[in-house]
Amino acid sequence: MKLTFNIQGGDFIHAGKPSSEVKKVLKQLNVDGKTVKNIVIALYEAEVNVVAHAWNGIVSVEIDEHKITITVEDDGPGIPDIELAMQAGYSTASKKVRDMGFGAGMGLPNMKKNTDELLIESIVGKGTKVKMVNYFT
Amino acid sequence: MIEHSKYHSLDPSKCIGCIHCMKSCPTEAIRVVNGLAVIDHERCVYCGQCHRACPTHAFYVEQDDLATIRSFKYRVILFPSIMIGQFPEKYSEDQIYDALKKVGFTHIYEVEQPMQVLIDSIDEVLKNKETQSPAISIYCPAIVRLIQGRYPSLTENLILRKAPHNLAAHFAIKQLMLEGAVREEIGLFYATPCIAKIAAVKSPVGESESIVDGIVNMNQLYNEVMKVISDDEVADNSVQRQNLSAEGINWSLTRGESCHFGSRSIAIDGIHNAVRFLERLENDQVKGIDFVEMRACDQSCAGGILLTGNRFMTVERLERRAKNYPAAKDISQDSIPDNSEELKQKLVLDPIRPKPHFAFGNDRVKAMEKMDKAQRIVCFLPGIDCGACGAPNCQALAEDMVNNKAKMSDCIFLQQMWVDEGCIKARKAFLNIQKKWGIDRFKADCNKRGQRNEGF
Repeated sequence: MKLTFNIQGGDFIHAGKPSSEVKKVLKQLNVDGKTVKNIVIALYEAEVNVVAHAWNGIVSVEIDEHKITITVEDDGPGIPDIELAMQAGYSTASKKVRDMGFGAGMGLPNMKKNTDELLIESIVGKGTKVKMVNYFT
Repeated sequence: MIEHSKYHSLDPSKCIGCIHCMKSCPTEAIRVVNGLAVIDHERCVYCGQCHRACPTHAFYVEQDDLATIRSFKYRVILFPSIMIGQFPEKYSEDQIYDALKKVGFTHIYEVEQPMQVLIDSIDEVLKNKETQSPAISIYCPAIVRLIQGRYPSLTENLILRKAPHNLAAHFAIKQLMLEGAVREEIGLFYATPCIAKIAAVKSPVGESESIVDGIVNMNQLYNEVMKVISDDEVADNSVQRQNLSAEGINWSLTRGESCHFGSRSIAIDGIHNAVRFLERLENDQVKGIDFVEMRACDQSCAGGILLTGNRFMTVERLERRAKNYPAAKDISQDSIPDNSEELKQKLVLDPIRPKPHFAFGNDRVKAMEKMDKAQRIVCFLPGIDCGACGAPNCQALAEDMVNNKAKMSDCIFLQQMWVDEGCIKARKAFLNIQKKWGIDRFKADCNKRGQRNEGF
């Protein structure tokens, strides 16, 4: 089954809607709690990344019997050095974003930790595409 | 004895088949069928929201016959301190205790004692990091069931220590046995402020069997006490409260637990508030908190559905009362007959397992088909969640349909459309609604219940 959500850059008020919706679906599919939690954490981090850094984005979710594939694609500044961004604590978030309790530099590391497969493609000045796969146990 | 898993029921002669209860249920456990509310006991967490919302008081709470207590030589009443808070100011604690004796009890125990034993025990859980972080209190049984059903992954955060009623029950048994009683002679009755506690006492989660012999509803006990309470001064009963502490008295109030534990703690009351918070917690959006207290009722147990007094006045009286009591740590542990280590051992709960109740069955492929189907059905429903179909919202109706528990024609909007398109006759549509809601629904009635502000 497929689900799609739009994310608006800068809109922290509504961040979390896609992850909550996806969570509801996974629970109805009786996916075990731990897996659901991992997926939701990873997706929420990805959402916040779009909200904090990009202009807008689309979340596409595809669920089959064995796995969930989430693609988060944004129009935004892109990531110049993905390897650096993957380091825990590295952040380019503005002071404003940090003051709101986001941008601690744990986004990508957290996504890595909570997914089975993580693929990041980025073009500076254009946008970033994150693909995450989690297998159901 | 009360039948398991059915601690509250609905009186069909009182139910008017309105949708107040169905709308207020946090787990979507209620449907209206043939003009009457029906509870799905598998989903129910016993929070009591439906009782509050019902304009005709059609829900009632099962309880044991108080007369059975007479068969015991030692007749013990266990009640949470909150009960004292609801009596009018003019009655002193001694007068209330005296009245409980007149009702027929020989021994009176407020359950929040000896509190230091439980406080130490919970401290150990936190210190040894026995749970996922943040640790969540199991004090409110409705919250425990809500977590098992809706937030299964958070069962690992629950603190596996029993609630005060177990503490006091073990304590009372031990004390009475020292007085020479044998266990069979001791009858323990628990006065409950809510349905959730009945369920917790009768079919406990994480315990092999219940420790008490019977349940009495706090509102019934209130009436019994008011019948016999003396207006004059009575003998000093304070010796029966020598293990009661300020912490114990405040325990059942909001922040009563959280103020003792963790470097950063949060207290939440109200089941819908708890739902919103648990959503965030499950998404890992709550950082740095190490202890969470959560109670299903607004103002915690002071807002329990079986309390008679106003919840805010109850809180005020208890807070004032607590100031006259010593701190838990200042109460000598020597007066505790059981050594407190043994008592502490008895407080450990077995692991609490998830019991997810929103899943579409175990076969994932079938579940996905059903969800796809439900999603397509939702597209045709009006999306105003009116409840006229007998389900709490359009999504729930669609899910009921794919589970063969509802029909397309249950939606009055779809019916109206079909009439307009000439697919069914107006008469047929009318009969459908009449079948669902009863003939009386269409009669003029100037005394209609379920009006504005009812159920608040």
